[in-house]
Amino acid sequence: MNIVIGAGPAGTRCATRIAEAGHPVTLIGDEPGQPYDRVALSRYLAREVSQQDLISDLPATVTHRPGRAVTAIHRDTRTITLDDGATLAYTRLILATGSTPIRLPMPGATLQGVLAYRTMADVDAMIAAARPDAPAVVIGGGLLGLEAAAGLAARGMRVTVLHAVDRLMERQLDHTAAARLARHLAAKGITLITDARSVAIEGDTNAQAVRLADGQILPADLVVMAVGIRPRIDLAREAGLATARGIQVDAAMRTSDPAILAIGECAEHDGACVGLVAPAFVQADVAARTACGHPACYTPSADSAALKVAGAPVWSAGEVEQTDTQPLILDDPDGAYRRLLLRDDRLVGALLYGATEDAAWYMRLIRDAAPLGALRATLPFGPAYTHAEAAE
Amino acid sequence: MSTEPVRTTCPYCGVGCGILVTPNGTIKGDPAHPANQGRLCSKGTALGETLGLANRQLHPEIHNARATWTEALDLIAERFATTIAAHGPNSVALYVSGQLLTEDYYAANKLAKSVLGTANIDSNSRLCMASAVAGHRRAFGEDLVPGIYEDLEIADLVILVGSNTAWCHPVLFQRIQAARAARPTMRIVVIDPRRTTTAAEADLHLPLRPGTDVALFNGLLADLHAHGGQTDARYGADATGLDDAIATARAETPDIATTAALCGLPEEDVAVFFALVRATPRTVTLFSQGVNQSSAGTDKVNAIINTHLLTGRIGLPGAGPFSITGQPNAMGGREVGALSNMLAAHLDWTTPGDHDRLARFWNTPNLPAAPGLKAVDMFHAIADGRIKAVWIIGTNPAVSLPRGTTIRDALANCPFVVVSECAADTDTSRLAHVRLPALGWGEKDGTVTNSERVISRQRAFLPPPGEARPDWHALAAVAARLGHAAAFAWTTPAEIFREHATLSGFENTGARRFNISALATADYATLAPTRWPCPADGPAPARLLGDGRFPTPDGRPCMIPTPFRPPAANATAEFPLILLTGRLRDQWHMMTRTGPVPRLMAHAPEPILSLHPADTTLPDATLVRATSPHGTTILRLRHDPTQRPGTAFAPMHWTSDLCPQARINTTIGDATDPISGQPELKHTPIQVSPYPTSWTAFILLRHRLPATIAPWCAIVPEPNGVWRHELAGDTAAETALAHLTDLLDIGPAWLRFDDPAHTQHRAILVRDGALLAALFLGPNLPSRAWLTTQFAPAIPLPSRIALLAGALPGAPAASPPICVCNGIAAAEIDAAITAGCRTIDAIGRATLAGTGCGSCKPEIRALLARIPEPA
Repeated sequence: MNIVIGAGPAGTRCATRIAEAGHPVTLIGDEPGQPYDRVALSRYLAREVSQQDLISDLPATVTHRPGRAVTAIHRDTRTITLDDGATLAYTRLILATGSTPIRLPMPGATLQGVLAYRTMADVDAMIAAARPDAPAVVIGGGLLGLEAAAGLAARGMRVTVLHAVDRLMERQLDHTAAARLARHLAAKGITLITDARSVAIEGDTNAQAVRLADGQILPADLVVMAVGIRPRIDLAREAGLATARGIQVDAAMRTSDPAILAIGECAEHDGACVGLVAPAFVQADVAARTACGHPACYTPSADSAALKVAGAPVWSAGEVEQTDTQPLILDDPDGAYRRLLLRDDRLVGALLYGATEDAAWYMRLIRDAAPLGALRATLPFGPAYTHAEAAE
Repeated sequence: MSTEPVRTTCPYCGVGCGILVTPNGTIKGDPAHPANQGRLCSKGTALGETLGLANRQLHPEIHNARATWTEALDLIAERFATTIAAHGPNSVALYVSGQLLTEDYYAANKLAKSVLGTANIDSNSRLCMASAVAGHRRAFGEDLVPGIYEDLEIADLVILVGSNTAWCHPVLFQRIQAARAARPTMRIVVIDPRRTTTAAEADLHLPLRPGTDVALFNGLLADLHAHGGQTDARYGADATGLDDAIATARAETPDIATTAALCGLPEEDVAVFFALVRATPRTVTLFSQGVNQSSAGTDKVNAIINTHLLTGRIGLPGAGPFSITGQPNAMGGREVGALSNMLAAHLDWTTPGDHDRLARFWNTPNLPAAPGLKAVDMFHAIADGRIKAVWIIGTNPAVSLPRGTTIRDALANCPFVVVSECAADTDTSRLAHVRLPALGWGEKDGTVTNSERVISRQRAFLPPPGEARPDWHALAAVAARLGHAAAFAWTTPAEIFREHATLSGFENTGARRFNISALATADYATLAPTRWPCPADGPAPARLLGDGRFPTPDGRPCMIPTPFRPPAANATAEFPLILLTGRLRDQWHMMTRTGPVPRLMAHAPEPILSLHPADTTLPDATLVRATSPHGTTILRLRHDPTQRPGTAFAPMHWTSDLCPQARINTTIGDATDPISGQPELKHTPIQVSPYPTSWTAFILLRHRLPATIAPWCAIVPEPNGVWRHELAGDTAAETALAHLTDLLDIGPAWLRFDDPAHTQHRAILVRDGALLAALFLGPNLPSRAWLTTQFAPAIPLPSRIALLAGALPGAPAASPPICVCNGIAAAEIDAAITAGCRTIDAIGRATLAGTGCGSCKPEIRALLARIPEPA
């Protein structure tokens, strides 16, 4: 029997692939209910889709055990123990335990109305707490925080985003794109405070305000913490698998125990944990083949992130700026912003803000890594213009 | 207000076309004018676009500060008087223009010679017609153009020598072409080192080695003589100097082979040409600047005239030598005698009694006893301090004279410079101590004489702008201040014209063919175009010299021996290419009027240096330095396979205003013809080297910037009020970018594209949906044509990225404009040809191209020839 622990996107995908290959598989998830599309939670929060729209269908041959946590892995007997005391035997075990939102250890962090933003339950709690014109504070100006902020704003709340560094989404965006995004959020009524260090959440039982290091008090009926995630590896570590930041795996997604595989946010391949759904799906497919006894190999590709941040299209791929890269920058203050990074006449990184329709073309150029030559002159304008200027 | 159109005359070339200006400002050719019979060329058609008051001098200035007319005229009179008192009359000078009206010319000449007492008055006609004048005087005894335009239509052979008639005198060329179309046996031969548009239309083109015209016509003279050309001639046997002229010609060019070798021509072509001339009594030889602007210009003119005298082909319908002038009133200036080697009205120092006659007519004791300094020598005298005060009227010698930089320095160091100009800022007026506002075309009232001796009225249809006044008014006011009020008491141009006409008939019993005394009593206001002579005592023939009598002492013509002399400077190892200069189709002189008109600039927007591809290893469109021992200009290289190998061509037009580095005359030496004093503007040895461009850029804006914003800058007016600035530099690109960013105030509102590692930078300003400005700097610059059209208010702006890209996605390459009148580009004409239009008329019906002024028809024909007819 193959067992997949974790019914998030990666685990669900892997179980589905194994079932489709005709092998028995059990999918165990600690969240109640059917697996759902976690990436689309922001659209549910923003009332763009209904909860039902998020539910994923599983093949009938997948045995799904929702609302169950795994408490231990017994590698010697190739069994696991569930929180209801049941023991299940596996031939292959696939860990897709995902990650945990980080909760800042500040006073008031456990008050009611202080929420994370990861699960359907988190979103349902936010929806229940959201009141039009009531103040909300989102701590964290990364992708998840901004999605939460936009969703709450769409529900009528007066949202303030606190971000600890000087620009939003600093891992994806440069200053120009971050400033552009900040303007976009401001137009939606979202207030942004950068370089903000929150020191406490105030309130008796319910959160009432967030206090900043500079003494500022921001009223908040609802506080969302979206300051990062930590891979969930406690189960693996207790089982004695090799771990670092994540559970270390090889290219076939095998852990230090070849009978146990790990995929998604909890896995660490070649020193890196993935944070986006697309590579996690690739890992899920590789793990399914490995589990079914077929050779398979995971090759990390240039990271690309197509994001719709609060309605603003943002896309990034490849490297971020370094001293040996040459930037090409297209900057339309009322429209597109594009920053392309070149090294040795090759495209190695791209950031598109506002107009992302050419993302696939840039992705291909990054992957092909071919010399650009004359293409450089029209590169920021997109594929439609390569012919235009070649005709000159 | 009258609904009658105003009948006036075009202010451009010497064809002198009549124009009708309707009260609503429409400009049309005058069907009743004998010169053009309703036609107009591209420049004339666009005259309505040159009438704006931008960059007009609207009030007098002294030392760059506004002044009253009284203050300015007082200062001029005082400075000229004190200069003459201290240094004598020849310490002052006037330098005037073939664009003055006859009345202004007369007033200037009279002021110089009767009041200031100097013959130091010369005209920019010295650069244009002086060799023709000198040749006429040597051969005929008087400066006479015997032919009329009709001769070009009824001739069986028209020889065009050193004349790109199709571009420089388009209406006349159209008349010739129409005549040939109606009478296909007519032949056109073009003698020109360049394969010009005119040459491309010829039945035979002789691309002779530059400067060898004398050898060719000596060879022709010897050939005609050897074939008995003189035996049936009326004058040949009588001509003074016949034997010397023939002997000289036979000694140097005894046969076709020798002639062909000297001129660098195929023997067969020379043989065909000689045979054609031998067999064709009705032969007209029309010549222009390619003949005149030479250190042997006068000899070239006489070598041409000799062939006509020998064969008697002169003064007859369809036969004669024909000098055609470049300026609208060069002829008028010659008639009033506003040149340093003439007195007035064809009176001169060498004819006994003329000096006394003029002194009595003008009632002046001051008439100079000897000729004054011709243009080039005049500016030498300014440079070395002999001339200390100069009044320049209606011309821009800092650009138009050779060794332009020296001329600029001379004027900058001259103690007193007065400039009368309609333009506020020219290379010359910048150096003036006193600037006087002159009238422009449309405001002036007077007469001009065209190349076929037709005197036409130029009539005002616009009020004088600001404080501008006629030039004659200013000249007379200075004369009055110098104590000659009575002799300059004119109140209208009609009074001046009457005095001029009267002088032409004064004690003139036929010795001077220039006699317009009948016009002294004509109604000036309604004066119709009238050909001179028109003496008061009877009618005159249309053609001069047809009666076999010449205004020489013995009545016989003179054949002048013209031994071939090579040009003053020749190619060397260091300066291996010969630079020729000339006009462009749609430009006039120093572009003061035509430069700002977008559709006139579209044909040739940047100053070009044409080279045969075999003469250069540099790619087409490179910026190059053309260097002579005298100076350097920076021009855009154009490969032109029709250019004669070993030669280069550059247009004469550009000034500091639109492209300071392209002032071609700064590279040209000031060698002159020993008789006419005309400078050799068309034969300068140069070397061509790449301009070390470290960056290139262009700026499109809704206003223009000064041409000093970059080491090399060419400014081009575009439609919709857009100004294009083409820039390049040998400085650091980053420094240039910083400078231009400051200059344009490029800030956060601009769209940007930056590739700093490749110094590729673009910035665009769009506000309220309108494109306002664009800066493109870097090695990859897109076509300007499409981007420029995006400034049009009615065009919806495409995606903003397209603006930065400078092209629509997948857009085809831009196409050069051909028909300026109707705005038709080559691509549209090509499309029409491909669609089956195989004639110029068919293309005109399909696209409108060529249906305006018709100046572009030769280029349409070239497009037709390029696309083969389907089998």
